[in-house]
Amino acid sequence: MKESAIDGQTLCYHCGNECIEELHLVDAKAFCCQGCKSVYEVLEANNLCNYYNYNQHPGANRAIVDARFEYLDNQTIISDLVDYSDDKITIVSFYIPAIHCSSCIWLLEQLNRINPAIHYSRIDFLKKQVTIRFSNAEISLRQVVELLFNIGYEPLISLQDVIKKQDKSDKDNLVQKIAVAGFCFGNVMLLSFPEYFGLSGVEQTFRHFFGWLNVLFCLPVVFYSGTEYFSSAWNNLRNKVLNIDFPLALGIAVLFIRTVTEVYTRTGAGFGDTLCGLVFFLLIGKFVQRKTYHHISFERDYRSFFPVAVSVIESGAEVHIPLSQLQTGQRIIIRHNEIIPADAILLKGEALIDFSFVTGEANPVSKTLGEIIYAGGRQTGQAVEMEVIKPVSQSYLTQLWNNEAFSRKQGKGMEIFSQKVSKYFTIVLLIIAFSTLLYWLPEDYKKGLAAFTAVLIVACPCALALSTPFTMSAALSIFDKNFFYLKNTAIVEHLARINAIVLDKTGTITTGDNKTIRFEGALSGKEKQLIYSACINSSHPLSRMIYTFLKGIERLKTEEYTEVPGQGILAVIDGHYLRVGNSKLVFGRNEDETQLTRVHVLLDNVYLGYFAFTHQYRPGLENIGYLAPDYNLFLLSGDQDHEKYELLKFFKDQDAMRFNQSPQEKLNFINSLQRSGATVMMIGDGLNDAGALKQSDLGVALTDNVNNFSPGSDAILDGRSLIKLPVFLKFSKDAVRIIYLSFLISLTYNIIGLSYAVTGNLSPVVAAILMPLSTATIISFTSIATHVAAKRRKLI
Amino acid sequence: MSIIFFLIGCSILLALVFLGAFFWAQKSGQNDDLYTPSVRILLDDADEDVESKPKK
Repeated sequence: MKESAIDGQTLCYHCGNECIEELHLVDAKAFCCQGCKSVYEVLEANNLCNYYNYNQHPGANRAIVDARFEYLDNQTIISDLVDYSDDKITIVSFYIPAIHCSSCIWLLEQLNRINPAIHYSRIDFLKKQVTIRFSNAEISLRQVVELLFNIGYEPLISLQDVIKKQDKSDKDNLVQKIAVAGFCFGNVMLLSFPEYFGLSGVEQTFRHFFGWLNVLFCLPVVFYSGTEYFSSAWNNLRNKVLNIDFPLALGIAVLFIRTVTEVYTRTGAGFGDTLCGLVFFLLIGKFVQRKTYHHISFERDYRSFFPVAVSVIESGAEVHIPLSQLQTGQRIIIRHNEIIPADAILLKGEALIDFSFVTGEANPVSKTLGEIIYAGGRQTGQAVEMEVIKPVSQSYLTQLWNNEAFSRKQGKGMEIFSQKVSKYFTIVLLIIAFSTLLYWLPEDYKKGLAAFTAVLIVACPCALALSTPFTMSAALSIFDKNFFYLKNTAIVEHLARINAIVLDKTGTITTGDNKTIRFEGALSGKEKQLIYSACINSSHPLSRMIYTFLKGIERLKTEEYTEVPGQGILAVIDGHYLRVGNSKLVFGRNEDETQLTRVHVLLDNVYLGYFAFTHQYRPGLENIGYLAPDYNLFLLSGDQDHEKYELLKFFKDQDAMRFNQSPQEKLNFINSLQRSGATVMMIGDGLNDAGALKQSDLGVALTDNVNNFSPGSDAILDGRSLIKLPVFLKFSKDAVRIIYLSFLISLTYNIIGLSYAVTGNLSPVVAAILMPLSTATIISFTSIATHVAAKRRKLI
Repeated sequence: MSIIFFLIGCSILLALVFLGAFFWAQKSGQNDDLYTPSVRILLDDADEDVESKPKK
């Protein structure tokens, strides 16, 4: 993306792309395509051109537009989509991936200037969501979506979003709980100060009053803010697991009981402030751990890839039905750029299907009538008619999701460090507590009880519980700055334990448009001009590459033009007869496609030479190659093996590369690696990798645009950052080391506290100082250490 | 010194009002989107005078 016009290039006023193929001029402003121009015209007509003042080229490119919204007239689909609807108004929220700047906010909140029937529209920028309220007597949902589309903001309406609507009510009021705990903590501390500084004889009446107030403040902390710890500890006990919540719940309970008893019997001031502080800090840790990326979804599966509705022919007429109602035997119409939702037989039309997402095969495949076409392919070309032969959920591609890898629950069986430690910690804690009790019991049962409870209070693993969330969330934001988005904090630890890396080929280490092109032979200026003028008529990816390669030439008039699908172009330009295409078209015979893709050029029956396309791999692949001794590297590809020899320099070993792999075979390969004891990271990009991503211990989806579709995974990596992968791996190990260190620090605090506690002489002041002090140490240590580690790895 | 009983009562009451205000803000969704308003405030209001041609 270029920001301004440099050396005579003309940049589109709307989207900022260079105007190569076409140039439209309106009001002395240049537009690169019809789509961009029409958006400008809509905005101009509504006096909304301020849009272009806030940012330069705020629009998204509109060269490829194909939107069909007829299905939004279907009542079932409408009721699934809207948030609220009555007989007057409808409220609906859309996810719009194109939202990216202040101009977007400005324009989308001005919708009622374009159509007054829209009462209100509000944007949530981080979630890339717009909420629209409109009067449904004057405008339909479909018209609203079309309006959004016309101004360049097409909402992403997918099946999964429709389904997601129903199960997004997992709010647990964490913020409110923190507020209550913080409120009580502050008040209790204030009321405890007089006690700590000593009260004179006259003020003794206050002691009792303050004590009961403290107990009052502890009630909501224990029974509202802290309930989670009790229920979690109880659930874990029933499942015979000892996790860190058990000593925490025990600590909270003991603190509360002892405070109430001391105040009631007037024997002491109790530990009200320690209790409130403990719960407050613990909840803060929980809050920090829960970092979410609103605009990224890690849970997508084939449903978000498939259309919401399909066009079906029923008794001669075309109707739109929701995908879930599609049955075998129905005739469906698939138009240009639409996805085939279920396995079907081709009945009518010319099918040229792009399977890149399903198989990883880069070039479109042409299919003949009567052939079975698997779901997931994208039709390029005219509309085709097909008959559905399998339900959506049982087609070739979607069957993958029936694999047990997808029904498995979260966690993937990897226990994080703090879970392992807390098991032993709890056992040791209980042993110390009970032996203290037994030691004092014969002498003085009061002292014994005091020592017993003091041990449980002081050893309450608050700092221990905080070290993991704080380190991990700091690490997460470092990764985030480097365009590596992890699903949750536990993934950092998984990353540190990886010892095998499996890469997908197409889309992952190669990118679709990243081939390099060169011409073998010599071309004069006139010849270039002829080839350019021929190729610009075609939308085939190779033609596009050729004319962008030859760009900046004046276009000549095309007299005759035919495109032979899968072969090339026949054209008559300026009186010259031109053939551009593969050897079948140019020489009339097939050549053995060894390594290179070639496009031959024949001008007036004179052979000029060929364009050679070589694959270019993402920068950074060499770095990954260097990981070899420490990590086992593998390549899985759904593609043919014609790049085998080029790839050998990265993967060293032929056995490490597998070609022609089906999605299921990829999954099985990961599984067999795991059975041989490896902890596998899978890096892939398409639906065909979805099974392998899920099966692996750490699935990373690679994408060039994080808002685009990416299959369900544990982490999403921006293509630009693949080069940093080795550094990421090292940094994750640093983070784990920091956790080890912070565990040591917090254990030291526990031991200091215990030395007071076992004697039975723990005063509330010591507890009240020790607890916040250890917490503050841990928080500052983990944040600073993570920062330093990131700096050392040059990640910030 | 018994005025302290009264004063503490007042202070707690006041604090409770603020806690209540926070709860209300949270419930009414004021903290749901913490970013967009910061951008929105920088955008100019629509210039009403040029808005003369009512379209569609």
